[in-house]
Amino acid sequence: MNAARHPRLLFEKIWDAHVVGDIGEGAVLVYIDRHLVNEVTSPQAFEGLRLAGRSVRRPGATIAVADHNVPTGDRSGGVAAIADIDSRLQVQTLERNVEEFGVPYIPLVSRQQGIVHVVGPELGLTLPGMTIVCGDSHTSTHGAFGALAFGIGSSEVEHVLATQTLVQQKPKSMLIKVNNRLGAGITPKDLILHIIGKIGTAGATGHVIEYAGEAVTALEMAGRMTLCNMSIEAGARAGMIAPDETVYAWLRNCPHAPKGEAFEAAVAQWETLRSDKGATFDKTLIIDGRDVAPMVTWGTSPEAVTTIDGLIPDPAVIEDTAKRKAVMAMLDYMGLEPGRPIKGLPVDIVFIGSCTNGRIEDLRAAAEVIRGRRVAAGVRGLVVPGSGEVKGAAEAEGLDRIFLEAGFEWREPGCSMCLGMNPDQVPPGQRCASTSNRNFAGRQGPGSRTHLVAPAMAAAAAIAGELVDVREIAR
Amino acid sequence: MMEPVRDIAGQAIPLRIDNVDTDMIIPAKYLKTITRKGLASGAFEALRSRPGNLLDDPAYAGASILVAGDNFGCGSSREHAPWALLDLGIRCVIAPSIADIFYNNCFKNGILPIRLPLRSVERLMGLAAAPPTSQMTVSLVNQTIASADGVTEHFEIDTARKADLIKGVDEIDRSLREAQAIQRFEAHDRTARPWVRDMASDFLV
Repeated sequence: MNAARHPRLLFEKIWDAHVVGDIGEGAVLVYIDRHLVNEVTSPQAFEGLRLAGRSVRRPGATIAVADHNVPTGDRSGGVAAIADIDSRLQVQTLERNVEEFGVPYIPLVSRQQGIVHVVGPELGLTLPGMTIVCGDSHTSTHGAFGALAFGIGSSEVEHVLATQTLVQQKPKSMLIKVNNRLGAGITPKDLILHIIGKIGTAGATGHVIEYAGEAVTALEMAGRMTLCNMSIEAGARAGMIAPDETVYAWLRNCPHAPKGEAFEAAVAQWETLRSDKGATFDKTLIIDGRDVAPMVTWGTSPEAVTTIDGLIPDPAVIEDTAKRKAVMAMLDYMGLEPGRPIKGLPVDIVFIGSCTNGRIEDLRAAAEVIRGRRVAAGVRGLVVPGSGEVKGAAEAEGLDRIFLEAGFEWREPGCSMCLGMNPDQVPPGQRCASTSNRNFAGRQGPGSRTHLVAPAMAAAAAIAGELVDVREIAR
Repeated sequence: MMEPVRDIAGQAIPLRIDNVDTDMIIPAKYLKTITRKGLASGAFEALRSRPGNLLDDPAYAGASILVAGDNFGCGSSREHAPWALLDLGIRCVIAPSIADIFYNNCFKNGILPIRLPLRSVERLMGLAAAPPTSQMTVSLVNQTIASADGVTEHFEIDTARKADLIKGVDEIDRSLREAQAIQRFEAHDRTARPWVRDMASDFLV
């Protein structure tokens, strides 16, 4: 590689280093270092390989785990005991496919099983400078390590399995710089909801976001993952942060990350993974971290968000007809009165988990609020750890006792109520304070009403039985 | 295997909603399938249960074009969304903006996604709203949309993707022909980044 080239952005360096060849007309073949596979978006891909008589090019760069469609109750019976016939068939199909094609697999009963975007980082499968894909939009999570990571459809899953590459057009770039630190009690979830509220759910479409600034570099890995995770909710192709000592410290504790000299050699190269001075972004957004408050969504799009002391919007004062109608439709679906404070809105369910906020740090933040308190009467609280490792770590710290004694359910790992594919669903018309990433109509179950919040805010809502400002009940 | 796309002539259905997410196009409960077919009944399930639903209106039977609001196809990467549209007979989606992953998935399935300026989408939406004026002809070769008001509008599309759609190219087959380049990359990378190692021995059960 020519070192004396023009200044480049972080994502361009990774991009350039992975271009295998030119397809013509601006399309290139990009090499994929890591391919994460789940049970929901892979069956058609493996079937495609089978029909064409193709094999998996590099099984050792691939790892499969079932997460979307798995029950979070008792798992002692294994896959055969999954009650839902279609769900069971899907997980069995994954098991059959990984065996037939020789793909590494983390079984349902393994302690390492969990949401693929929690599992990859904690095992050290996610490394800086990598290209990482998965048939899941929240693959952007892995950008927290300085990897270029993005979600793909099943046809592309098949393409990666067969060729270890993808046909790509180079995306545009966007810098989101967050100056100063976040205030006390303000979390990365609040920051990303603040950003989405500012730029909208299509604000970064076609772009790779690089997050920078003091508030970002001050974040621990879990927070960085939350931030990058929801980049897709701003429409971004990917979100990423330049790797630093925080990343290396995390990786030193990961079982499958490189060790010893290999690790130090890697760090030397990872240190070059930052945007050069003089390299320019297509778009830039500058935010003051001190302006970010606890956030809660009121509508059926993550951009329909307000601060916890804000008001539910009043369509009557919206001049644009289309926007007014859209807000009216959202308020109608959500069962909300215009112009009222969002604070004090009663909740029926509180869900703590997901690839956005299902890590040990998230559970600690929620447990800190919950310790010694009780879930309000009539509220169902669920805690679904992001992985078996997270669950085990939480139990070692006694967090499970805190949740159980407060009246929460303590469940097995998976995507669970984030997308309501398994039995964990919000019943029609019920209101859920959720640490997940999407408040779409029907997302958590038909007719479900979702309010996206940070883990501590969800915990506070469970105790109060309504949406509250966690800072007001802090100890 | 994807069908080649050249011209799409048919009725257009208006879907005057912004941020139509892929959960709305096909809810999660239908993702338990292990095939690409049979998603028509679940497509737009909630929308189709409401009064005034045009997707099942006999006046739009056989429509092949969807004119939609901003940020169509946002959210989940599920390719079940374009599969569901195909099952409904939709071969072309026109919107002011279309979310990246969905946009990409369309090309893999012979659906032509077209991003047009808001004003143009509004015009087509207005025409689509009345069945007698809802007929449109989309030419991928000429990159034009001809509508019942006599207007023929140009649209932009990436040259490589256009060529692939017209040919109905087998992308995997084409990439496999780059096997030597892929091998060269891997051989070089094994020494350049030895830490990006195979995981097979770590996880095979």
